[in-house]
Amino acid sequence: MTSPIQSLSKAVTVNDNPFMKPMEWVSLALLAGVVLVVLPLALDGFRLNLVGKYLTYAFVALGLVICWGYAGILSLGQGVFFGLGGYCMAMYLKLEASSVENTKIQSTPGIPDFMDWNQITAIPWFWQPFKSLPLTLLLVVAVPVAFAFLISVAMFKRRVGGTYFAIITQAIAAILTILIVGQQGYTGGINGITDLRTLHGWDIRTDSAKVILYFVNGGLLIGCILMAQYVKRSKLGRILVAMREKEDRVRFSGYSVAGFKVFAFCLAAAFAAVGGAMFTLQVGFMSPSFVGIVPSIEMVIYAAVGGRLSLFGAVWGTLLVNYAKTSFSESFPDLWLFGLGALFIAVVLAFPNGLAGLWREHVEPRLFRKAKGLTPTPTPVLPAHGAPAE
Amino acid sequence: MFGEYSLADLSSIFVMQGFAGLILFSVYVLMALGLAIIFGQMGVINMAHGEFMILGAYVTYLCSGFFQTHLPSLFGAYFFIAMALAFLASGALGMLVEWALIRHLYKRPLDTLLATWGLSLILQQAYRSIFGPREVGVELPSWMMGSIPVTDSIEVQINGLFVIAVTTVITLGVALLIYRSRFGAQIRAVMSNRPMAGAVGIDTEKVDRYTFGLGCGIAGIAGSAFTMIGSTGPTSGQLYIVDTFLIVVFGGAASLLGTIASAFSISQTQSTLEFFLSGSMAKVLTLLAVVGILMLRPQGLFTLKVRR
Repeated sequence: MTSPIQSLSKAVTVNDNPFMKPMEWVSLALLAGVVLVVLPLALDGFRLNLVGKYLTYAFVALGLVICWGYAGILSLGQGVFFGLGGYCMAMYLKLEASSVENTKIQSTPGIPDFMDWNQITAIPWFWQPFKSLPLTLLLVVAVPVAFAFLISVAMFKRRVGGTYFAIITQAIAAILTILIVGQQGYTGGINGITDLRTLHGWDIRTDSAKVILYFVNGGLLIGCILMAQYVKRSKLGRILVAMREKEDRVRFSGYSVAGFKVFAFCLAAAFAAVGGAMFTLQVGFMSPSFVGIVPSIEMVIYAAVGGRLSLFGAVWGTLLVNYAKTSFSESFPDLWLFGLGALFIAVVLAFPNGLAGLWREHVEPRLFRKAKGLTPTPTPVLPAHGAPAE
Repeated sequence: MFGEYSLADLSSIFVMQGFAGLILFSVYVLMALGLAIIFGQMGVINMAHGEFMILGAYVTYLCSGFFQTHLPSLFGAYFFIAMALAFLASGALGMLVEWALIRHLYKRPLDTLLATWGLSLILQQAYRSIFGPREVGVELPSWMMGSIPVTDSIEVQINGLFVIAVTTVITLGVALLIYRSRFGAQIRAVMSNRPMAGAVGIDTEKVDRYTFGLGCGIAGIAGSAFTMIGSTGPTSGQLYIVDTFLIVVFGGAASLLGTIASAFSISQTQSTLEFFLSGSMAKVLTLLAVVGILMLRPQGLFTLKVRR
C-alpha cells in the first residue's frame, strides 16, 4: 500500500541535504511575490487588511505542518497559543489606550474600560509587565511557549501521545475560553479586548499603518517559513519524521523522543503566538472566539487543505479556505458549514496531502516530465500516518 | 466560604447539589457510555458524538409534538416510544456513517477525528436548516412534573429521578450486553485481537458496524433523556463533547466501570463547586483538576490489564 503521505516523505529522504531544493526556491519566490507584491498592488486597503488577517492564521498552519505533519503530534489547541500571543499584544495596546487623559470619565481613570465596568480599581499584577513594549514583545512569544512547554513536558515525558494528546489540548482550549469569558474584569470577557489605538504612540488604525503592518506580517511569515524550512531540512527534521513513523525505534536508537516532541510543539506554539500578536495589531482587537475549540480545529483544516507536509501549501491552504469562507458566508451563509464539513471529510478521505500533494502528484510530473532530478525515487514503504496512543 | 451557613443548611445544600450532580451524572454517563464503546473499545474518536445525541433529542421533540396532536390519550407514555425511536434513529445513522466514513479510517485515528468533526459541522447545519436556529423544548407529561419533598428543606424533581432511573437501566443493559451476551463476546474478541477473531469465524466488519451503531444509539437515548432537563439547539451537542471525552479518558478507556466512576466524580465536583463559585469557575476548576490528574496518571482511573 502506498499512500500519498509516503510518497511525499521522499522530500526528506534525499541524500544531499541542501537548504532548499530548486523547486522550493521557486515556491518561495512565488509566495513572496504574491504576498508582498501582487496582492498589495491588486487589492484595496480593506481587502488587503483582510488578507493580512488570513495570513496571521498561516503562522498557525505553518506550526502545524512541523508539529502535526512532520512530528505527528496533532494539537487541537493551537488557538490557545494564537490567543495568548494575541492577548499579550492586546494587553499592551489596551494599557496604552487607557491613559489617564483617555479615560477621564471612568470612576478610576487610567485603567482599561472593562475593568472599570467590573468595579476593579487597580491594574492587576499580571497586567503590569505589559506596560513596557520590549517586555511585551518578549512575552508575546515567551508566555505561549512556556505554556506549551509545561503541557508538552508533562504529557510527552509520560509518553502520552496521539489521540490522547489531541483530546487534552482540546480540553485546554475549552478551559482557557471559559476562563477568559468568566473573568470579565481581568480579561474583557466575551467581547475580548477592544478599542485598541496606538503602538508606542503610533496610531495603528490609519490606512498607512495598516499597509505597513501588512508588510511586517508578510515579512515575519516569510521568516517563519525559512525557520521552519531550516528545521525540516536539518537532522532534527529527519528525527521528527522517524519518530512519527516508528517512535520506538527512535527511542531504542538512543534519542530522547520526548525532547524532540516538546521542541516541535513549542515551535508550533511560538509561530501561532506571532500570528496572534500580528492579528491583534492588524484587526485591532482580540477575543475568546479565537481561542476555543472551534477556531483551533479550523486552523488544523487550513494546514490539512494546504498539505500537512508542505510549508508553502499550508499558507496557500489558509488563504484559500479563508477566502472561500468569506465569500461563501457573505452570499450563502447556510451553505458554508456544509462546505466546511465536506472539506474536512474530503481532505481526509480523498486527498490526505492536501493541495501540495495534488500539485506534486498531478501537476509537477506533467510540467517537469523531462527535467532531471525531479523524477521520484522509490522510497521504502512506511506505515500509515498517525502515532498510536500511549 | 462556609461561615455564613448553619450546619443543617450546609447538609441540605450538599444533598440538593448532590442531587443536581446526580442528574448531571446521569446525562454524562449516558453520553460517555456510547463514547466509551466507540472510543474505548474501537479506538475511534467520534467528534460527532454530540450531534448523534442531539439527533435523539430532536426525535423526542418530534414525538412529543406528534403525540400531542394525534394521540393525546397516550401522551403520558410517549417518552418510552420516543426513546426507542431515538435509539433506532441515531443507531441507524451511526451504522451509515461507519459504512461510509469510519471503516476507511481505522488505521488513522487522528484523521478520523478530523473527518467526524466535519460530519458534526454538517449535522449541525442540517439541524439548523430543518429545525431552525432556536432551541426547542419538549412538553413533559403531567406525571413527570413537580417534585417530591423529602424533608422541609430538601425536595427532588420527578423528571430528575426519571433520568436517573433511565440511566441505571441503560447502564445495566449495556453491561449485560457487553459482558454476558454472545454479541458482547464478539465485540470484545474483535477489539482485543482482530485477526484472531476473524480467524475463528467472526465477521469483524459486521461487528464494527453494529458496535458503532450501538454507541451512537446510546447517544440518541442520552439526547432523549437530555430533553427532560434542558432545551435542545443545533449546537447543544458541541457543548458536551469535551466533557464527555474527558470523562472517558479520565475513567480509563475500555473500562465501563471507570467511565461511570469518572462521570460520578466529575459531575459531583462540578455541581458542588457551582454552589460556592460562579458556574464558569466551577467548570474551569473541575476540568483543570481532570487535566492535571491525567497528566500525572495518563492511563486514567481504571485500566484493563492486557498484554500489548
